[in-house]
Amino acid sequence: MVQQDPAPRSDWIVEVAGVDKSFAGVHALRGVDFHLRPGEVHALIGENGAGKSTLIKVMTGVYRPDAGHVRFAGEDRAFRNPLEAQAAGISTIYQEVNLVPLMSVARNLCLGREPRRFGLVDVRAMNRLAAEALRRYGVDVDVTRPLGSLGLGAQQMVALARAVQIDARVVVMDEPTSSLEPREVETLFSVIRDLRRQGIAVVYVSHRLDELYAICDRVTVMRDGAVVHTGEMAGLERLKLISLMLGREMSTVRAKGATAFGAEQHERREGVPALRATGLTVRHRVHGVDVDIHRGEVVGLGGLLGAGRSETAKAITGALATDGGAVEVDGAVLARRSPAAAIKAGVVMLAEDRKTEGILPNLSVRENISLALLPRLARAGVVSQAKQDEVVRFFMERLRIKASGPDQKVSDLSGGNQQKVLLARWLCLDPKVLLLDEPTRGIDVGAKAEVQALIDELAEQGLGVLLISSDLEELIEGSDRIVVLKDGRAVGHLQGEDVTERAVLDTLASADDEADGEAGTEAQAEPEPAEPEAEPEARADNGPGQGRPSDPAVTKEEPR
Amino acid sequence: MSPSALRPATAPAGAAPDAAQPAALRERLASHIQRRGALAVLVLMVAIASATSDTFPTWSNISSILGNNAFVWLLALGMTFVILTGGIDLSVGSLYALGGVLGAYGAHAGGTWLAIVLPLAVGAVWGSVQGLLVSRAGMAPFIVTLAGLLGARGLLQALTDEGATTYLVPPGAAFRSLGEGTWTPVLIVAALFVLGALLLTRTRFGATVTALGGNESAATLMGLPVARTKVLVYVLSATLAAAAGALGSARLGSGVTTIGVGYELTAIASVVIGGTLLTGGSGSIGGTASGVLVLAVIHNLIDHYFSQYGSAFTDTVNGAFLAVVVLAQTLLSRTRQTD
Amino acid sequence: MTPTTWPGPDLLDRARLTRLLQAYGVYAALVALFVVAAVLDSSFLSAGNVRIQLFQVAPTLMVALGMALVIGTEGVDLSVGAVIALAASVVPLYVGYGAPLAILIALVFGAVSGALGGTMVAFARIQPIVATLSLMIGLRGVAELINGNSAKPVMDSGLLSLGSDGFAGVPLMAWIAGVCAVLTALLVRRTTFGRQLVAIGDNRQASKLAGLPVRRVLVTVYVLSGVLAAFAGAMIVGHGAEADPANQGLNMELNAITAVVVGGTPLTGGRVRVLGTVAGALFMQLITAVLTQHNVHTSYTQLVEAAIICCAVYASQERGTR
Repeated sequence: MVQQDPAPRSDWIVEVAGVDKSFAGVHALRGVDFHLRPGEVHALIGENGAGKSTLIKVMTGVYRPDAGHVRFAGEDRAFRNPLEAQAAGISTIYQEVNLVPLMSVARNLCLGREPRRFGLVDVRAMNRLAAEALRRYGVDVDVTRPLGSLGLGAQQMVALARAVQIDARVVVMDEPTSSLEPREVETLFSVIRDLRRQGIAVVYVSHRLDELYAICDRVTVMRDGAVVHTGEMAGLERLKLISLMLGREMSTVRAKGATAFGAEQHERREGVPALRATGLTVRHRVHGVDVDIHRGEVVGLGGLLGAGRSETAKAITGALATDGGAVEVDGAVLARRSPAAAIKAGVVMLAEDRKTEGILPNLSVRENISLALLPRLARAGVVSQAKQDEVVRFFMERLRIKASGPDQKVSDLSGGNQQKVLLARWLCLDPKVLLLDEPTRGIDVGAKAEVQALIDELAEQGLGVLLISSDLEELIEGSDRIVVLKDGRAVGHLQGEDVTERAVLDTLASADDEADGEAGTEAQAEPEPAEPEAEPEARADNGPGQGRPSDPAVTKEEPR
Repeated sequence: MSPSALRPATAPAGAAPDAAQPAALRERLASHIQRRGALAVLVLMVAIASATSDTFPTWSNISSILGNNAFVWLLALGMTFVILTGGIDLSVGSLYALGGVLGAYGAHAGGTWLAIVLPLAVGAVWGSVQGLLVSRAGMAPFIVTLAGLLGARGLLQALTDEGATTYLVPPGAAFRSLGEGTWTPVLIVAALFVLGALLLTRTRFGATVTALGGNESAATLMGLPVARTKVLVYVLSATLAAAAGALGSARLGSGVTTIGVGYELTAIASVVIGGTLLTGGSGSIGGTASGVLVLAVIHNLIDHYFSQYGSAFTDTVNGAFLAVVVLAQTLLSRTRQTD
Repeated sequence: MTPTTWPGPDLLDRARLTRLLQAYGVYAALVALFVVAAVLDSSFLSAGNVRIQLFQVAPTLMVALGMALVIGTEGVDLSVGAVIALAASVVPLYVGYGAPLAILIALVFGAVSGALGGTMVAFARIQPIVATLSLMIGLRGVAELINGNSAKPVMDSGLLSLGSDGFAGVPLMAWIAGVCAVLTALLVRRTTFGRQLVAIGDNRQASKLAGLPVRRVLVTVYVLSGVLAAFAGAMIVGHGAEADPANQGLNMELNAITAVVVGGTPLTGGRVRVLGTVAGALFMQLITAVLTQHNVHTSYTQLVEAAIICCAVYASQERGTR
C-alpha cells in the first residue's frame, strides 16, 4: 500500500524510517515511514489515536523514537527537545495556540530574539518589525495589544509568523484552521503557497477534506499507529480517502460479525423516547442537533473528527454549557442542566477522555465504581460498607474487571479494565440512557469485544444507548440507527437497511458537494450548503499526549 | 470526484468583526482598570487626604511616609518578579530581618563593604537554594518559601544567640549614611525600582519572566530558558530582601531581630494591588510602586485618624483590600477571557 | 520453580520503597524518635512531661485535622492562625454567659470565616492560597480590633478547666483532639462527604461529571477547617488563661501544614491521612521537645523543622510523573 518514490535520499528534507514508539506498552507508532520533500505541502491525516500527533512529536523532538530513525536534510538527527528541532529549522504550529496571551503581539513574535540596542530591548524596533512581519500575513493589528485580545485566527497567524521567522525549512501545522474563519483560511493558504515557493516543506494536519484537496500536494494516511497510504493528493478519490482513514476497504464488504455485536436489530420500544434532545446548540461547535433515543435501541453518532459528536453528548448531559436546545427524559423536560441533574434523571455519559474526565487515578476500584452512587448507599451520610461491597463485587464480576481486588488503585489497571470500572460506575446507577463516547478506544481486543457485547445486552434489557465511535465497523454493527454529524450539524439519518458502511461514507463524502446530496444512498441526507463553515469550528479531539482543550464549563484549575 | 475549491467569498465573513467591537472595548477597559487602577486610587486618596487634612500634605508627614518605609518596598519589587512567574515568596520577611542583622554585623566587624556584600551574598545563596528546589525538584513555591521563612528566622536567631546579641552599626560609619534622612533612602529605592522596571520590560530576562508566568509550556516550546529564569527570580527576590534589611539596619543603627514578621504579606498585597496577576504573566513595576504607595498612604491615614485602634485596623484594611482586588482581578480576567 | 514467576528482589525497587516510605515513614520516624528520646533522657517518659507534650500538641492537632481535609481537596488554608486569633478575641466578650456559649459563638465565627474562604475558592475560583491569605491578613486585624491592643486575662472556670484539667491522667484538650481525630477519620473513610472530598481532590473535573456537589463540598471543607481552628483558639485561651489575639495562633498555619505534610498527605490532593496527620503533629511536637530539652537553641530547632518540611514534601511527591 505504501508507495515510495524511488528518489535519491538527498531529495528528502525529513525522512522518518521504521519508527516505533510506545507508551506504557501501548503502541502509538509501529514501523512508521514518512518522507517529506522540500517545497511540498504534505497532508497527514487519520482518526483520533491514529498516531499523527505522536509522529509529529517524534519529528519535532518532543518524543524520542523507541526504534527507527529520523533524518533531517540527509543527516541522522535525534532531536532531544523541541528547541534543537527548532534550531535545525523545524517549526511547529500547534492546534492550541502556544503563545503567551497576556503579552503583546510584538513580544510574542519576538520572544527570545528581541532586537536590542545598548543591551536593552529596542521596543520601537521590535514593534516595527512585528507590524511589518504581520502585514505580510494579512494581519493588520496594533502590535502592542495583548495577544489574547486578538481573534483566534489572528493569533494563529502570529504563531505562523513566528514559526516562519526562525529560518524554518519545515513547518508543521497541527490543525491550523480549526479556529479560523474562511477569510483567514484563505490568507493562511496564500501564506502556505508562499512557503512552498520558497522551498519550505509544510506538514499539514487537518481533518477537513476540502482543505486537503485545496492546498496539499501529497498525503499520508495513518491508522492505528501505522502508515496505511502515502501518495499524491490529486486523483485520490474522496470516498477512498475516507475509507482509508476509517479503515474500510472499498472492495471488501466484510460479513457481519467482525465485532461482538449481535446481528439482529434491537427491539425498539415505541412510545415516548427515553431521551429527546432538540435543537442543541453550543457556540461554534454544535448547531441545532436533534437526537431521539428510545428504550432498547442503540443510536450511533457518526462523523469525522471535530464533527461535534462529543460536544453533542456533553451538551445533552449539561457538561458543556449550551446556547440553545432542550432535553427531555421520558417526556419530562430537564429544567436544570448539569451533570448532576442529568444523572438524577437517569442520563449518564461515559466520557471520551478516560484520564482527565473519568478515573480518579489515586483511588481504588471500589471508590471509582461507587463514586456517583455514594449518596444512595448512605444513610444519614454514612456509607454502608456492606452495600458498597455488594455493588462493587457484583459489577466487578458482571463486567469481569480484572483487578487484584476492590482495593487496587485504578491507575494500576489496564485501559480496558479502567473503562469497565467507569462503565460500572454508570451502570450501578441503573440509568435509563447511556451515552458512550468512544467506549472501546485504547483498550485491548478482548476487552473491546466484552464491552461491545455488554452494550448489546444492555440495549436488549431496555436501556437507551447513544454510541459515539470512530471505529466505523463498531458504529455500523453496534447501532440500530445512525445520526451523521458534520461540522456540528446533523447531515444524515440512517436507519434499518441503510445502516451500512457505504451509506455512512457516502453521507460523509457527499455532504461536501451539494450535487451529490443523495447519490448512492437512500440516506435522508439533508440538503446542505456546500460552503465551508463560517464559524470557527470545534477544536477537534486530540491525539495521545495532548490534553483535550478544556471545556469552559468544567475546567480544572490550578496547574500543579 | 474532484477536489472542491474553497469558496470563502460566499461565507459571511463580515459579521464577526462587528460583533467583536464592544467586546474589545470592554476588554480594553478591563485591562486599563487592572493596570492603572492602583495609580488612580493613589491619586484619589492623596487628593482627598490633602483636601481634608491639614497635616497630611506637610513635608514632615510626607517625608516620614517615604523615609521610614522606603526600604521595605524593595520586598515588593522582588516579589513582583516572583509573582509574575506564577510563584510566591513567603521568606522575604525573615530575610529582611536576616539581612538587617548581617548588615549590622558586617558594619560592626568589617566596615561598609562587608556590610553591603555579606547580606547580598547570603540572600543570593538562600534564594538560589529556594529557586533550585522550586525549579529542579518541582516543589510548590509556597511550601519551599514557607520553609525558607522558618529557616531564615532560625538562622537569624542562631547568629544573634537567640536575640541576646545585638549588633550595632558603629556611629559615624559610612554605612549609616545610606539610611539617613529622607532623600537617600528614597533615591536608592527609586533607582532600584527604575532598574527593576528596565529589567522587566527591556531585557530578555524580563520577557522570559512574563512569558513563563503567562504560559509556561509555550515558553518552554519557544526555547526560553525557563528553569534558569525561575531560579534567578528567587535569587533576585531573596537578594533584594536581604539588601533591604541591610539598608534598614543602616537607618536604625542596629540589626533588629524581631523585625520583618508579616512583611511578606504586605509585599504580596502591594504587588497584587498594583495590578499584577497572582496567577502570573501580567503586571508591572510601576503598578507595584503605586501599590506600595497606596498601602503606605492608607497606613499613614489610619495612624492619623484611627490611632486608637493601632496596626490592627491597618491589617484589616490590608486584608479586605487584598480580597477585593483579587476578586476584581478574577472578574476582570474573566471578562477578558470569555471569547 | 520457574525463575520467571519468581518476583525476586525487583519488587523492592525504588518506587516501591518510596511508596512504603510515604505510607509508613512517619510512624517509623515517630517510634524511632520516641525511643531515642527515652534513651537519651529518662525523665522523658515521666507523666508530667508527657502531659506537657499533650497540652502543647492538642491545638495544633485540631487545626491540622482541618488542614488535612483542605489539603485533600488540593487546597490549603492559610487563615487558620488568624481564625484562632479571632476566636481568642470573641471568647472574652461572651464568657460572661458561660463557657459553652462563648465557645459556641467562637465556633460560629470560625465557621463564617471558613465559609468566606470556601466561597472565594469554590464559587469565585480564586486560588486557595490567595483567598485564605487575604483572610489571614484581614482576620487577625479584625481580631485585634475586637480585642483592643492588650491581652485580656480570662478567669472563667469553664474555660480554664478546658485548658488545664485532665481526665484519667490525660489532658481534656488531648481527649477532645483525639475524639476529633477519630471523628475526622470516620468522616473521611465512612461518609459520603468524605469520599466526595477525596474524589474532588483527586480529579475535580471527573467528580463534577459524576454529578458530585463540588462547590458545596469545597465550602463545607473550609467551614470545617475554620470551626476546628476556632475550637483550637478556645483551647489556647483556656490553657493560657488569657486572650491575646496579637500573638495567639501565630505560625499555626505553618505548623498545621507541616503536620499534615509530614503525615504523608500529598499537597496535590486526592488523599487524606488522618492517622498520619496525628503522627505528624506528634512527631513535630516531640522533635521540638527533644531538641529543647537537650538545650538546642530554638533557632536550630526552626532550621531542623524547615529541613523536615522540605524533605517531607519532596518525599510525598509522586515520582515518575515528570
